[in-house]
Amino acid sequence: MATTDVTPRESAGGMGRKRIVNDMSIQVATVNGSGSQSSNTVLLRSIFQMGVPVSGKNMFPSNIAGLPTWYTIRANKNGYIGRKKEIDFLVAMNPETAQEDTMSLAAGASVLYDEPLALHKLRDDLIFYSVPYDKIVAAVCPEAKLRKLVKNMVYVGVVANLLTVEMTEVEKAIRKQFAKKVKAANLNLAAAQAGFDYAKANLQKRGAFYIERMNATAGKIIIDGNSAAALGCMFAGCTVVTWYPITPSSSLVETMIEYMKEYRIGPDGKATFAIVQAEDELAAIGMVIGAGWAGARSMTATAGPGISLMSEFAGLAYYVEVPGVIWDIQRVGPSTGLPTRTSQGDILSTAFLSHGDTKNIMLFPCSVTECFSMAPDAFNLAEQFQTLVFVMSDLDLGMNNWMSDPFEYPTTPINRGKVLSKEDLDRLGGFARYKDVDGDGIGYRTLPGTIHPAAAYFARGSGHNERAQYSERADDFENNMERLNRKFETARSFVPRPEITKGNNAKIGIIGYGTSHWGITESRDQLRDEYSVETDYLRLRAYPFTREVHEFIERHDRIYLVEQNRDAQMLTLLKLDLKPELTTRLRSIAHITGLPLDARSITDELTSMEGK
Amino acid sequence: MGTTTVEPGAATPGPKTNRIGLTVMDYKGGKTTLCAGCGHNAISERIIESMYEMGVQPELLIKPSGIGCSSKTPAYFMSRSHSFNAVHGRMPSVATGAILANRKLVCIGVSGDGDTASIGIGQFIHLMRRNLPIIYIIEDNGVYGLTKGQFSATADLGSKLKTGVVNDLPPIDTCALAIQLGATLVGRSFSGDKRQLSAMLKAAIAHKGTVMLDVVSPCVTFNDHEGSTKSYKYVKEHEETLQDVSFVPHFEEIAVEYDPGSTVEVTMHDGSRLRLRKLEEDYDPTDKIRAITRLTEAHDKGEVLTGVFYVNPEAPNFMDLLNVVDQPLATLPDSVTRPGKEVLDAVMEELR
Repeated sequence: MATTDVTPRESAGGMGRKRIVNDMSIQVATVNGSGSQSSNTVLLRSIFQMGVPVSGKNMFPSNIAGLPTWYTIRANKNGYIGRKKEIDFLVAMNPETAQEDTMSLAAGASVLYDEPLALHKLRDDLIFYSVPYDKIVAAVCPEAKLRKLVKNMVYVGVVANLLTVEMTEVEKAIRKQFAKKVKAANLNLAAAQAGFDYAKANLQKRGAFYIERMNATAGKIIIDGNSAAALGCMFAGCTVVTWYPITPSSSLVETMIEYMKEYRIGPDGKATFAIVQAEDELAAIGMVIGAGWAGARSMTATAGPGISLMSEFAGLAYYVEVPGVIWDIQRVGPSTGLPTRTSQGDILSTAFLSHGDTKNIMLFPCSVTECFSMAPDAFNLAEQFQTLVFVMSDLDLGMNNWMSDPFEYPTTPINRGKVLSKEDLDRLGGFARYKDVDGDGIGYRTLPGTIHPAAAYFARGSGHNERAQYSERADDFENNMERLNRKFETARSFVPRPEITKGNNAKIGIIGYGTSHWGITESRDQLRDEYSVETDYLRLRAYPFTREVHEFIERHDRIYLVEQNRDAQMLTLLKLDLKPELTTRLRSIAHITGLPLDARSITDELTSMEGK
Repeated sequence: MGTTTVEPGAATPGPKTNRIGLTVMDYKGGKTTLCAGCGHNAISERIIESMYEMGVQPELLIKPSGIGCSSKTPAYFMSRSHSFNAVHGRMPSVATGAILANRKLVCIGVSGDGDTASIGIGQFIHLMRRNLPIIYIIEDNGVYGLTKGQFSATADLGSKLKTGVVNDLPPIDTCALAIQLGATLVGRSFSGDKRQLSAMLKAAIAHKGTVMLDVVSPCVTFNDHEGSTKSYKYVKEHEETLQDVSFVPHFEEIAVEYDPGSTVEVTMHDGSRLRLRKLEEDYDPTDKIRAITRLTEAHDKGEVLTGVFYVNPEAPNFMDLLNVVDQPLATLPDSVTRPGKEVLDAVMEELR
């Protein structure tokens, strides 16, 4: 029987005696399309409900069913919820990858496997637990065709027993997961309970890892970044959404459809929004621009290949000065790349997206909270500056589950920018669309449908003068481009400021952005605790860079710019902005594996460059 | 940019005004920069007339366009209307976005044969499918003018360029495509046929779905020579007219009754009537299959077939399918577009 499989091979020894509480990573290896997502979510929630900080990261294939997928749950009492490189507890459900997964573990890790896989024969420095899933599931699930799906819930019960996760919390999580499907909930609960009971009766806990109740998650929520962004856009007053499905951005709009259908239907039963699935990304951004020109708060969500396709239209929006919000949920390029893996690889191309001297505003959310809060910021900036605003999220943030404090209701009012009404035109007599009246580079616009004989102007991507008339004159062209540059300079004072965290008399600065934040935060503690290296940290939140970024670089001898791409894209962008003598202070820690950046990789590279 | 306005209802005898009190001058545009004799200029004139006669409020009209000679023409009509000269072949998406934002707008999208049938064929096709309330006009000369005379995808098989190059690929029939894909008022006209084009444009304004008008418009500089099938001479010699098209707007008394035996009358969404006096005995403009068959025959015979090929004023348009509020989305108040705090609280509670 199974238990006998684990008892020998004491050479893993010693591990069993040390207690490691609320600090571990659990990896579940399954086949995609097998319903494992529900089981993973239940396990994640159960730990969360016990008050332990937790995160879940799904590493999945670009495929519908039948290929390997891994889900990593990290529980950490200190609140480190970035990816951890090492796996402490492997749940091996996939025969295809079981051997390789097992061989890649560090000594002392635990492996829970399906009995027929006989993984215990592979190594003698791991702790093995074997479970006859098919037998257990057959007993609790009479319907043979459901067994494949329910089987995964059995491991949740086994893990709960082995890691001391309370079954009452597992039940609560299952009830939440299958909220409206009572039968499914009961069936899954029975499966989890059977797993738990089996483990209790047959397995002897030998690993060092324990989940114990603490109080670090009270009041918190669990949500993925795309859902948070969808909510943010709804509360930002977005009215037109056009999109073309692309991983990893599709769920942003799909979730938004659900929320909008529930909360944005007027008393007459009609929608206060329009959401249109376009024929491609070119049409999606074209519709965003048409709608923005006509006065809607319009947006789309896409990923790298879509950004590339949108290039020509982005230049049109820049030059005609049309607002719109583009969410880029970055994935690995170039080309199709790794569609289901994360990166920060679109920074440079988006900053200058399109031909000619085009520059675009970008925002960099690092958390689900910022996916929510930066949505109204993005729409306000887009309308205030009459330009596209790109929100640079990524797959790790967008598609994975993160815990967070509940979002705060937006307090900044909706700012529709400089739009002239009929009454304004009555007073002014007329206007010049591209004239810099206020000295901030931002002209006044009118919306189609404004009933005034002087309201119309001719929006065009070709050369134009202040009055929006066609012009090929050298001075008109140059004046207009200089004004556009002034507008971009004005934006520096209005985009979200960076977040600065200070160390103790640090000479070294770290600059990061987006999801690199989580690895950086943990790495700074490692640097301090393990190497006595103090660091200050600046987290970029927007491009163009604000004054604080320059000051931060001036204050430090060496700056490490941490990012998830090959070519140090943000560092390159920053260099263009800096005084030449400051550029030599910048050093790059750029990683691109498709996996979320982990703290250890940053620590190792930084200490090596510091000669530690 | 706007010309001087005439107060509606001004009683002093002055220039003739339309039903909303505007003169034809209020519908004029800038001076054309196209070649003298260009068919496009005649189309702009017909647009001005029909908008004036239908009493369209100029500020409620938008005129998006793509790139090319045709797409420059919105500068030459109706300066009191907003224009958007967008990117090559992508006017349909810009027009779509604008109508999504403000369904009160009347939209006339101007494109050319290159802008539509070559670079823009993808967006054209999907615009037709949606049946949005948009008038899509192709000013069709079979040739790229701004780049000096290359063939476009509507050039007929065997048609000859000035340089002597012969087109050996079959043309795309934009009307047949539009009918098949879902446009609900589809016709072809000729820039030189004032009466027919004017009646078709007025019907287009009255229609509440996607209108696709292919207007053959000879390019006097690059495609008006012997051997061209889009020259004035060729069209005049080969034009076959399906019907005698006339239009009675809803605000006018019907002066002449029609003979149901010889004339098809279509009542438009706003109560206007489109009258098609049959010149071909058995043609039924509500029969898609017949329309496509007839267009195919025309190609085989080398005819330039004009008239209203297909009309269906009853089909649901995209804005109705989307169930969007009646007011423009663009100007909904914040109180409507930003749900209250209690909504956020409820969502947060679910996520705990």
